Amino acid sequence: MVADQQALVPVRDRHDAVWLIAIWVVLSIGGCLAVYFAMGPHMPPGAMSTSAANQQFDNTVLATTATPVVIGVLLYFGWAMAFWRPAPGDTTDAAPLHGHTGVAVTWIAVTSVLVLVLAVFGTYELIAPAGSGGGEGPQPIWKPAGTVAASDTSWTPGTKNILQVQVIGQQWVWTFRYPQFGGFETTQLMLPVGEPVQFNVTSLDVIHSFWAYQLGVKADANPLVNNVAFTTPYHTGQFTVRCAELCGIWHGAMYDSGQVLSVPAFVSWAKLTEIRLARLTKMLPPYSLTYDPTVIPTLGKVLTQLGLTGAGGGFYSPADPEQP
Amino acid sequence: MSLRARVATLIGAFVLVVVGVGFVAVHFIYSSPPTINYVPYAHGGQVNVTFQTDPQNTVTSKPDWVSYFIQDPSSKQWVHTTFFQVPANTRVNVTILGYDGCTPLRNPNWGKVTGTIGNVEYVNGRPVSILDSWAECSVQHTFTMPGLGINVPIASPTTFAENSNLCSTSPCTSGPHQVVQFSFRTPATGGAYSWQCIIPCGLGFLHGNGGPMATPGYMAGQMEVQA
Repeated sequence: MVADQQALVPVRDRHDAVWLIAIWVVLSIGGCLAVYFAMGPHMPPGAMSTSAANQQFDNTVLATTATPVVIGVLLYFGWAMAFWRPAPGDTTDAAPLHGHTGVAVTWIAVTSVLVLVLAVFGTYELIAPAGSGGGEGPQPIWKPAGTVAASDTSWTPGTKNILQVQVIGQQWVWTFRYPQFGGFETTQLMLPVGEPVQFNVTSLDVIHSFWAYQLGVKADANPLVNNVAFTTPYHTGQFTVRCAELCGIWHGAMYDSGQVLSVPAFVSWAKLTEIRLARLTKMLPPYSLTYDPTVIPTLGKVLTQLGLTGAGGGFYSPADPEQP
Repeated sequence: MSLRARVATLIGAFVLVVVGVGFVAVHFIYSSPPTINYVPYAHGGQVNVTFQTDPQNTVTSKPDWVSYFIQDPSSKQWVHTTFFQVPANTRVNVTILGYDGCTPLRNPNWGKVTGTIGNVEYVNGRPVSILDSWAECSVQHTFTMPGLGINVPIASPTTFAENSNLCSTSPCTSGPHQVVQFSFRTPATGGAYSWQCIIPCGLGFLHGNGGPMATPGYMAGQMEVQA
């Protein structure tokens, strides 16, 4: 039986297989080298920070891994169209297909190894750069190596005390609080180059998503939740901040830009802003990892008389959306 | 059913769907509130724009929704809209007649005046740079335009008696109110800048930021800068 099947395989097809494999190997080697070395440095989101550079590396590795697969599919497709077309007027049926244990085992083994390797690689890549720039929830599992618990009240460059920046989403603007500089709040996002940063991301109303694209940082901003993300900027320059979670009518306009400064420039900006906003900072609630907008402890007499008990109501209720 | 009838039904259904989708798209695209054009009224590099804020609006099908109104410079009539057009590279002098009552800001950070010339607003002629809505009845809405870094808390009537006796028919012509004035410069190039109240003041409807807060023509709008 087996001998009969083998007898049915034309010699021409065996030569095709050899050619296909040979061409595939050559193209794959060239393609992988081109993707890794030529395209890799230009992969998004760039290399402005540790997390961005890490994501760029991940994208490069995944693209390189996928290159032989893509080349194999396209090559087989092209080869079939070019050489395996029936001749004009040829109405005979094709040769019957039969199972092949060796091919099946090889296919399952190769794809299993590939998936498992990528799973291990992905898990390691999440751990090594401390979450890879993603939000890790209120109690981050991975922190940047060498840092210690952040102090809420002070920050000195060059020490292991990580810089904290609170990101507050609200419809439809971002604000940023710097607890180690008196807790001032501003619409400007400034960061020092070469210093690890801990973003504490939260929201005052609905779910937003803080996405600092060039920094490779993306963390959901949930009301009453502190979502922590880490990064260390590599280069000075500007980066964009967008909301990546549909959050209402002006969601599309909820973008901003941030700046990575030299350490002396950052310290100078922070101290100057702390002084400039001192009067406003006194009006703000004490720095906290989350804020409950329904609670205003210092309501004035008139507000109390008017029966106003919160800052324009609470969060969206489960019954929403509703119309009056 | 014959083949011809089936084909006709299929084509008819397809045309119906296309027309329906087109109608909905056109309805939403062209249903924005009217735009008040202040461009012809700019003189000497300046233009005066006048708004009012009302605790309700009795001119629409949503009478309980708080709303801005803009004064038409030609007829001096109040128009229920939040869309206006101004020239580029011009000083815009804004006057807002604030007829609504006080509401605490969700984030007191928005009590600070930013982005205006001198970073101040004038409340009944008195310069103000910060209003503390958590400590006193002082703020009713904000005029916030993130694209230009503008945030102006709109001062409110301050006493219980005033806040209990607010204007009840729109557009308001009498009743307790504050006159808020500020100026800012438009950019040198044209563009559209969204603005909003950031209180959130849609209290009682969608728990703050829904309803009037999320509907152009009420508490959210757009400034078109004409180059």
